[in-house]
This record gives sequence, C-alpha cells and structure tokens, in this order.
Amino acid sequence: MKICVLVKEVPDAAVEKRIDPSTGRMDRSGEKNLNPYDTHAIEAAMQIREGGAVPVDEIVAVTMGPESAVRALHKAVSLGADRSLHLSDTALAGSDVGATGYALAKALESEQPDLVLLGQQSDDGECYTIGAVVADHLKMPSLTQVIKLDVEDGALRCERQAEYGYDTVSVELPAVISVGDAINEPRYPSLKAIMGAKKKQLDNLTAGDVGIDPSLVGADGSRVQCGEFKDPPPKSAGQIIEDEDTTETVEKIIAWLDERKLI
Amino acid sequence: MADILTYVLHYEGKLNKNSLGAVSEGANRAAEIGGECHAVVVGGEDLTDELLGSLGSYGATKVFRARGPEGLAQPVIDVMAKVIEDHGHGYALFGGGLLGFEIGAGLAARRNAGVTMEVTAVRAEGDELVAERPILGDSKISVSHYRGGLGIIIGRINAFEIESDPAHPAAEVVDVDIEYSPWSMQASMIERGEQRGADVDIEGADILVAGGRGLGKAEGFQLAEDLAAAFGGNSAVAATRAVVDAGWYPYAAQIGQTGKTVAPKLYLAAGISGAIQHKVGMQSSENIVAINKDANAPIFEFSDLGIVGDLNKILPKLTEAVKAKKGS
Repeated sequence: MKICVLVKEVPDAAVEKRIDPSTGRMDRSGEKNLNPYDTHAIEAAMQIREGGAVPVDEIVAVTMGPESAVRALHKAVSLGADRSLHLSDTALAGSDVGATGYALAKALESEQPDLVLLGQQSDDGECYTIGAVVADHLKMPSLTQVIKLDVEDGALRCERQAEYGYDTVSVELPAVISVGDAINEPRYPSLKAIMGAKKKQLDNLTAGDVGIDPSLVGADGSRVQCGEFKDPPPKSAGQIIEDEDTTETVEKIIAWLDERKLI
Repeated sequence: MADILTYVLHYEGKLNKNSLGAVSEGANRAAEIGGECHAVVVGGEDLTDELLGSLGSYGATKVFRARGPEGLAQPVIDVMAKVIEDHGHGYALFGGGLLGFEIGAGLAARRNAGVTMEVTAVRAEGDELVAERPILGDSKISVSHYRGGLGIIIGRINAFEIESDPAHPAAEVVDVDIEYSPWSMQASMIERGEQRGADVDIEGADILVAGGRGLGKAEGFQLAEDLAAAFGGNSAVAATRAVVDAGWYPYAAQIGQTGKTVAPKLYLAAGISGAIQHKVGMQSSENIVAINKDANAPIFEFSDLGIVGDLNKILPKLTEAVKAKKGS
C-alpha cells in the first residue's frame, strides 16, 4: 500500500495572523510551521504501517505552496514519511479551496496512492473541506473528521462523530480520509530523524509537470473572490481576573455572579 | 434571476434544524434575486410526500427526492450535481454541519464552482448573492463574491434562522432518477448515530458547567459535577468534543458543531480553549464565565468574565463558596 499524506505550512500558532491589505490575501510572512492537524495524519499513516494489517510500501508527504513550504515537508519526513513531493508554481498563488484541491489532486494522480490522508483542518484558513474536493477529482470515496481508522479485509473501517452521534463507515480503497485530532497522539521526532529529514528524496513539481490546466488555478482560475474585508460588530470586552490569591479570586467570582442574580 | 438549491438532512423521519434554517434563508434570499428556493433530500421510505411537502412552510417550492444511502456525502453530491445540471440553479446553500461541508466542497469540485464555508450572513447585491464569513478567529469578516455560474454557500451552524408560515402551500415533490457514481457507492454506513455514554439532558439547564481538555483526565469532571451540584436546581454538566471523543464524558452532554446548541443563563467553561466549533454551540448564553490557565485562549475573547488560573485550585474553592452563599 502507498499512502500519501497532504500537509501544509501554516503560520506558527504564536504569530498574529492578518490580511495583507495590498493583496487581500493572508499575510503568510513570519514564522511558519507544519499545520499541527497534519501531524495526526502522518501519525495515522505510521500506525497503519506499524499495525501490520496491510504492508505499507511507502508514505509520501505532499504539499503545495511557496519555496518555504519545504520546511513543512522536512518536518513531515522527520515524523515518518519516506519521501516528499513539493508542488510549487507562481501560477498557483492565490488559488481558492476549489483550485487548491484540483491542483493537489493532479499532483496525487502522478503518485497513484492507495490511501490519501490529511488533517481535519488547516490551522490558518479554518477550512475543513479540501479532502472532499480532492476526493471528487480523484473519483475516490471519502470521509472527513475520522477519529478511528482500521484496515480490515482490504477496506477501511472508520469512526467519526457526525450530526446525530457516532457513525461507523466502511470505505473501500483507494480513498481520501481526513482525520480528526482525537485519532492519536502524534509522536515526537527523534533527533536522528530531524537531522536525516533533509537527506530524504524530495521531488519538486511545477503545475505543468502534473498536467494542471492553468485556467483552473491561481487567483484568476478561482471561483471565489474575497478581496473585501470588514470588521465584525464590536463586542464589549469581558472582565479578566488573573488568579493570584485564589480566595480573593473566588470572592470576586461570587460577587460577579451575585450581581447578576445567578446564585 | 437565479434559483437556490438547498440540501435537507434528515434522521429517523425528522428534518434537521440547521437544514430548515437553510431553507428559510434560501427562500428569503431567492425572493430578493427573483428566484425560487428548492431542496434536495436523499434517503429511504421515511421521506414521505407529506414530510417533504411540509418544507413548503419554510419557503421551499420544490423538493427533489432521490432514493439512496443516508448520512454519507458523496451520493448527495451526485444528486445535487444532476439537479443543478438539469435545472440550472445559481446557488447551493447548506445549513452547516459535517455533511454540509463535505457535500458543498465535493459539489464545488464536480461543478467547478466557488465555495465558502462557515458563512454567517448571506446578502443579495443586485441579482447576485454574496457570503460573509468570519476568519482569523472571528476577528475579521471576509466577503465572498462568486463567478462562473454556481456559488456554493455553507453556513455556520445556527447562522440561519428558521422561519415557517403554515399558510404557505406544500412544496411540490419531484422524484429524481439517479445513477450514482461508482465511488459514491464505495463507502457504506455500518452504524449511524451511535450514542456513547449516558443519556443526559443539558438543553433545558439554566446553569451549565462545561468541561474541556483542561480538566486533565476523565476524573477531572468530578470538579465540574461538584460545582454544578453546588449551584443545585436546574444545573448540569456539559463537555467539549475533544473530551467526548476521548471518552471522558457522554456524547449527549456535548456542546458545539456536532453536538448540542445551548443558551443557558450561565455558562461556566472550565478548561475550554474556545475553538469556533465549540463557540457556535454556546455563544448565545446570557452570561459566559471562563476559567483557563492560558491567557491567550480564544474563549476569553467572548467571555463576560474570564479567570486566568489553575482550575484545580479555583473550582474546589468556588464550589465551597457557592455552597456557602446558597446556605446563607
């Protein structure tokens, strides 16, 4: 079995995110890291490999993004991927969800994976949908936010929480599965794995290499335009208490509740 | 002039509340752009003419019914793609929730359409619709315009209000003959809607003490239960998705995206960071108190009283103080 894991570089959690007013796109300068949700997808791939229910020949990390995204691939490799694939092209800049999913699907077609894994959402775009876009282009069955994943008789047995409780779904391979963060606790990479990550095979691909139709990607190929931003209605800031003396803090809470007749 | 197609989810013969909100929203916006609001349903024999006709009272004029598997997105994508191809709808609208995200995104791929998720408001501008979605932890609102014939709008849960008028005529029910894509038939439901843990009622409570991962372990919920008991009366304990998925607390107590929506008089969040998926289920609470050790937790941005500190120290003392206050 060959598993491809989609990963993404996102601004580090500590960086304040903002919109660049000149481009109307997210300002992606500043410290970046591998999307934390993606580490669960890599771990899920590792657990399938180690579980032994099906032999895993290869785990390939795949990303689309500018040159700097190579660091996310190194991190993915240090967490267990065998090699990585970097789709990078100025023609792709400004792609919306639909265009990004199409481009990633074209890159994946060149790999012919048996299973595509990804994290449930990106930490920056707050978007949960790329897996469903990719799956439709690849004509594969798909499920998102999976929190338990087992390989049984050549198919996947997936559990997830949906609108009415927990669903258990059987999914035939090849498939596209996004995993929730409850699925596992990602391991920490060893120092050796971190040091060795840069030596593993990394293939650079352009849009043309994987047959992407340029009219379907980039800002011009995207079907959603979000050039306009506004501020949400102001909400009066709540009162904040730093707990130093807990007895005093509790007195303040009780007084606050009492004032509002909540006790 | 454009018609709007909505998807209506159902379970055990009942229509989903967020879907009904989408139908109402769709009907109101369609009227503004000179079109009609239609609905798609996919399922079995419980999708009766009578049940589907009732969508008329929410503003739908036509309901497209296909027989097919329930609770999975890809069969619905097939049906909606066919209905849009045959009838030329200008927009597809979803009321939020997991299936709405999956169907809307897959449909965008199938029809090369623009898609926006987590939408909190839809407006008509001339004969077009634009969608507003909060981004960057709800600190900004991004406005989406669509081009290319079809725009897909996926609401945040509870974003669209249900409006019904029994005087509206019943919706016309149209059966759709569909040949499903092979890959749509490669996923099959083994069990749907399994309830994990005890059956608890949180929707009617005036005071909710909600626990998150910050409680540390399943046993940590004792602190929340003790505090709820101290408040007494109509109080209960609720939980986040993370701790329900971890098996610390029953699913029936879960607030948020795939759980319950509540609006108690007091919502006391203990060890909850306040992710959007949680926020959407409790932001209408009258008073929100949050206790969290991380001063940067998003929940402090929408709480009325925030306490930065260790809940293992604060909760036991607060419980004692509430008891003392009640006893005085």
